Amino acid sequence: MIELGLAPMLCPEGSQVSEAVMETIKEILEDVFPVRVQALPAINSPPEAYDSVRRQHSAPVILKSLLAAHPANPAKLLAVTGGDLFIPMLSFVFGQAQLGGRAAVISMARLTPEFHGFDPDLQLLLRRARTVALHETGHLFGLTHCQTQECAMRLATNIHQFDLKRAVLCPGCAAILLENLR
Amino acid sequence: MKANWQILVVDDEEVMRESMAAWLREDGYNVDVAASGREAIELARKTDYAIHFIDLKMPGGIDGIETLMEIRRMRPDAAIIIITAYATVDTAIVAMKEGAQEYIVKPCNPEEISLLVSRIIKVKNLQRENRILRQKLTRQYQFHDIISKSPRMREILDLAGEVASLRSTVLIRGESGTGKELIARAIHFSGDRGAKPFVAVSCAALAESLLESELFGYEKGSFTGAAERKKGKFELANGGTIFLDEIGDIPPKLQADLLRVLQEKSFYRIGGNEEVRVDVRVVAATHKDLKQAVEDGAFREDLYYRLNVIEIRIPPLRERKEDIPLLAAHFVDRLSHETGKDVRQISDPAMRILMDYDWPGNVRELENAIERAIVSSRAPVLTEDDFSFLGEGAASHTFRVPDNMTIEAMEKLMIEAALRRTGGNVKEAAASLGIDRSTLYEKLKRFGIER
Repeated sequence: MIELGLAPMLCPEGSQVSEAVMETIKEILEDVFPVRVQALPAINSPPEAYDSVRRQHSAPVILKSLLAAHPANPAKLLAVTGGDLFIPMLSFVFGQAQLGGRAAVISMARLTPEFHGFDPDLQLLLRRARTVALHETGHLFGLTHCQTQECAMRLATNIHQFDLKRAVLCPGCAAILLENLR
Repeated sequence: MKANWQILVVDDEEVMRESMAAWLREDGYNVDVAASGREAIELARKTDYAIHFIDLKMPGGIDGIETLMEIRRMRPDAAIIIITAYATVDTAIVAMKEGAQEYIVKPCNPEEISLLVSRIIKVKNLQRENRILRQKLTRQYQFHDIISKSPRMREILDLAGEVASLRSTVLIRGESGTGKELIARAIHFSGDRGAKPFVAVSCAALAESLLESELFGYEKGSFTGAAERKKGKFELANGGTIFLDEIGDIPPKLQADLLRVLQEKSFYRIGGNEEVRVDVRVVAATHKDLKQAVEDGAFREDLYYRLNVIEIRIPPLRERKEDIPLLAAHFVDRLSHETGKDVRQISDPAMRILMDYDWPGNVRELENAIERAIVSSRAPVLTEDDFSFLGEGAASHTFRVPDNMTIEAMEKLMIEAALRRTGGNVKEAAASLGIDRSTLYEKLKRFGIER
């Protein structure tokens, strides 16, 4: 079993991540990957990650601070934030991971129905949380994007594409995962 | 498929280039990064990237536009996407004029980049596929089946390459089956006429009057049956190459006509009085000793010198036996594929038979022998049994004149063997026996030999 540290992250912009979201992510990760999820205490997003002009948080800076806060253990780290994430080149990202590495971060900001002008919907939010957690954790285990429509590893660049995915790995990605673990 | 493509990200800001590279790697691409224009140019020199993302504003001498220009100089087909935070219409126009494929303003919508990248990769995939198919196609005509490690053959191929773009007439000499037409095609397709027609005419296959109309065409009504005007091979080959095979067999009147075409680059269609001008390169081939034919008065001396500007002599297979294993392996490879049989190799004893055999029909005979062996074989390895039909030829090494044999019986055996070897081709059989075709016909009739 591989230890995976799961931590809620507090950001200057964006709401706090609910217990229900953290719990569903823990369950799906233990279901799909050979990991034991260790709930880490909430951590603050580093101030230098916040871009006050964009009102967003830099994913690469967050990953760096995450690694600095946990230099050796656990083997994998996943932070979940309510703040909106970006990388300098792109207007936003749903999450970011070190491909085959230790640290990943996901954002719930654009996964809430409210962000797109809809009424709150907890079940929809939980389903999206599971999918995005699988996707970024998949990158941590060396998986790259998949062409299969429903696979969690498919690239989504907007919420419509995102909702075509399901919180599962397709058989192809599952096979590659097994091979990567060997 | 994506891992086959490499992408270069050039930006002086570390977090910018690294996060972009990481994002593209998640998509399955191989990504390199460069922190300056100079570094990018060095990397692009070594690697042919599918896409170059280049930041417009970079300190340290070489900016994005200069980097773009330098990479385009090295790789004219390079796909370049210019990135900038300070977009102005002016710089966009400069970038596009210098050949940038796209121009994006950071921060960019992930959807936009994703579509842009997949669009370029799709084109690259098609280009690559196209190039591979094209190579396959031209190889078929170019050096297809010209396989050799013999230094003499290498010299011939080098010479063919050198003369490819000249206009000079080429005379190819070689026994039948040595690949004269393949060399002619190689000369045509590797030269600057490669895209123009290559027209092959076998001068031995046709009677005199037919050959004449075949070469020069005819006007409507010029003879019985000439219902339409017809272009001759010389006209069809205009701009390209005409290959005149077995040139030694053309009758005297046509020799004179041919000489005029070579000298004047023009001719008249049969029954026509309009001069037709053509730009055609002539490559001729013969298995005969034309010089001897000139001395015997059977071939015009002036035509011989016109044709023999560049002479290429292809050695018979028995003079380059080192090529037999190579050619045999190639034919096994190709013919097993074409016949749909799973034959992969030739056993050592079988190869010894092939090496010992004299191959009077040269490479073509070897190809036919391999095909025959593959068709009748039931195992993935060809054995000596599969080549037992070559026994008659191989036995000639230990040839003994049988007792009490008449010259006539001997003659009959020789003619039958020659016909078997040439697959019933009387012309080739006559050539290999050293007698005229008409003499051979006479003997066939006399001995009652069926072709």
